[in-house]
Amino acid sequence: MSLLEVSDVRKYFPIKSGIFFQREVGRVHAVDGVSLSVEAGETLGVVGESGCGKSTLARCMTGLHEVTSGTIAFDGDVRRDVQMVFQDPYGSLNPRRRIGSIIADPLVIHREGTPSSRRGRVRDLMALVGLNPEHYNRFPAEFSGGQRQRVGIARALALNPRLVVCDEPVSALDVSIQAQVVNLLKDLQTELGLTYVFIAHDLSVVRYVSDRVAVMYLGKIVEIAPGEELYERPRHPYTAALLSAASVADPDRPRDRVVLRGDVPSPISPPSGCRFHPRCPKAQERCRVEEPLLLGDGHKWACHFPLEPGERLRSAEVGR
Amino acid sequence: MSLLEVSGLRVTFATPDGDLQAVRGVSFEVEAGQTLGVVGESGSGKSVSVQALLGLVPGARVEGSALFDGEQLIGMPAERLRRIRGARIGMVFQDPLSSLHPMYSVGRQIAEAVLVHRKVSKDQAWSVARERLEQVGIPAVRVRDYPHQFSGGMRQRVMIAMAMALDPELIIADEPTTALDATVRAQILELLGRLGCALIIITHDLGVIADMADEVMVMYAGKPVEKAGRRDLFRDPRHPYTRGLLNSLPHGKERLQPITGRPPSLLSPPSGCSFHPRCPVRIPRCPIEEPPMLGPDDHPDACWLEVGR
Repeated sequence: MSLLEVSDVRKYFPIKSGIFFQREVGRVHAVDGVSLSVEAGETLGVVGESGCGKSTLARCMTGLHEVTSGTIAFDGDVRRDVQMVFQDPYGSLNPRRRIGSIIADPLVIHREGTPSSRRGRVRDLMALVGLNPEHYNRFPAEFSGGQRQRVGIARALALNPRLVVCDEPVSALDVSIQAQVVNLLKDLQTELGLTYVFIAHDLSVVRYVSDRVAVMYLGKIVEIAPGEELYERPRHPYTAALLSAASVADPDRPRDRVVLRGDVPSPISPPSGCRFHPRCPKAQERCRVEEPLLLGDGHKWACHFPLEPGERLRSAEVGR
Repeated sequence: MSLLEVSGLRVTFATPDGDLQAVRGVSFEVEAGQTLGVVGESGSGKSVSVQALLGLVPGARVEGSALFDGEQLIGMPAERLRRIRGARIGMVFQDPLSSLHPMYSVGRQIAEAVLVHRKVSKDQAWSVARERLEQVGIPAVRVRDYPHQFSGGMRQRVMIAMAMALDPELIIADEPTTALDATVRAQILELLGRLGCALIIITHDLGVIADMADEVMVMYAGKPVEKAGRRDLFRDPRHPYTRGLLNSLPHGKERLQPITGRPPSLLSPPSGCSFHPRCPVRIPRCPIEEPPMLGPDDHPDACWLEVGR
């Protein structure tokens, strides 16, 4: 069995209107029928643009959101063995509490050990993530962004979890600090045998850390494949567009970005058929009416007219 | 003569903890029609150094010289500076939502900029607004829409339309794509690349630099540490900080090589070369003496190792 099995998970957020009698006037389809599995010891990367539902999916996996429908099966105790590292190293730590007590929180909540054994454990954790254990009594404000993210990681590791869901763990950090935190996460994975779900919008970081990568668009997975395969041979036009639009620090990269038309449509009333069809350079009539399924073996994609290996996506109205 | 010639720029903020030297001696030039990329991490002084030229950092002490088309910007009376800002130098900021007035339609905001600087009728100003919106890919029928009716990428297009409303000779774009998604970011870069006027792009994203810049200035702790043409910077980085930045980025599956430590406090910058506490190749001279920009004119860097090259 996989460590985590997500089957046909949907998460809708109601939109209410009115002051006294709140009527539901619509729903945000944040995650809309996602199925995937996470194997023990691997890193599954999830990429997509803002509003694609990747953070909502992460919160469903950790149990922070109740799913609207579908099931999430985890081989273990979700509340103990699944932990999360958040994006914002400023907002995710209570500024009025000391670092030591923040890291000890999961231990206290799960009634682990005695106060003094917890203190020892917190010091060990701080050393593990590269913080000076003597800074136990300091407040978050005394730490830099990178160090705060280390605090968040230490807190996530307190209960020896099996799965750590990292939601944009490095995107708030400067480049030189990003690399430090990414290396730390990799080292911890080897040392502790962790499984990661790594959510980010930075494609090159995801490629570096992930064994497999899932691409999300408007609440759905449009393509999922082993990392190198996905980056080298994308089949879904959206994946190809996203890859060509990615920021790459190479001045000699051909500048034939696939510039997609327009913006991501609203998840309140997603387009019919394939959700990508209004922006897709390859879209045909069938895409408008029939929703493609996520099919394939190992490398799966949800597209009626996938790119053939080696095929280049032509640009839709460059500059518009 | 260059369009913009900045030399010895220093920006200091008085704080209760002492003077904070955000910019500690910056010099650069921008030629007409050329794109200068300014890259650095947070706190490197990249934004402040450019904003200070336009009198946009109230409360700061600004010293040095900045000649725009031969005119000294530093110390220029506010009213005169205002005539240059907006008309001859346009600006695009990171966050379009907080840079646009939420209660005025985008057309009115563009038209207003035109009316302030040009002697034209209201109708003419509005037609400029419509024309500029079309140029950035927004249908002119949306001229009376309000900022909240646009998406993030569209708002950034509005900002660009506003910046180019008066055909400026220079546009300063401060992190123009940081708040945007990848596919929208590509659209905005494409648009900025087509403007034709001189451009200063301030960014922390080396990918933006690799795409857009003709010349690049790398900043660290309030000072430039390296200047080079775009290809030279990526193919032959000289300063240990520039190398460190490039090595911090993933290249395939090789282990990342981050720069150790973190940027210094600008309240009390390190002695000598401000990068020396983090530098893997420092020599005894580095903590004692500050290196000037050394090396060839088209690719200087501020590192003592340059002396031995």
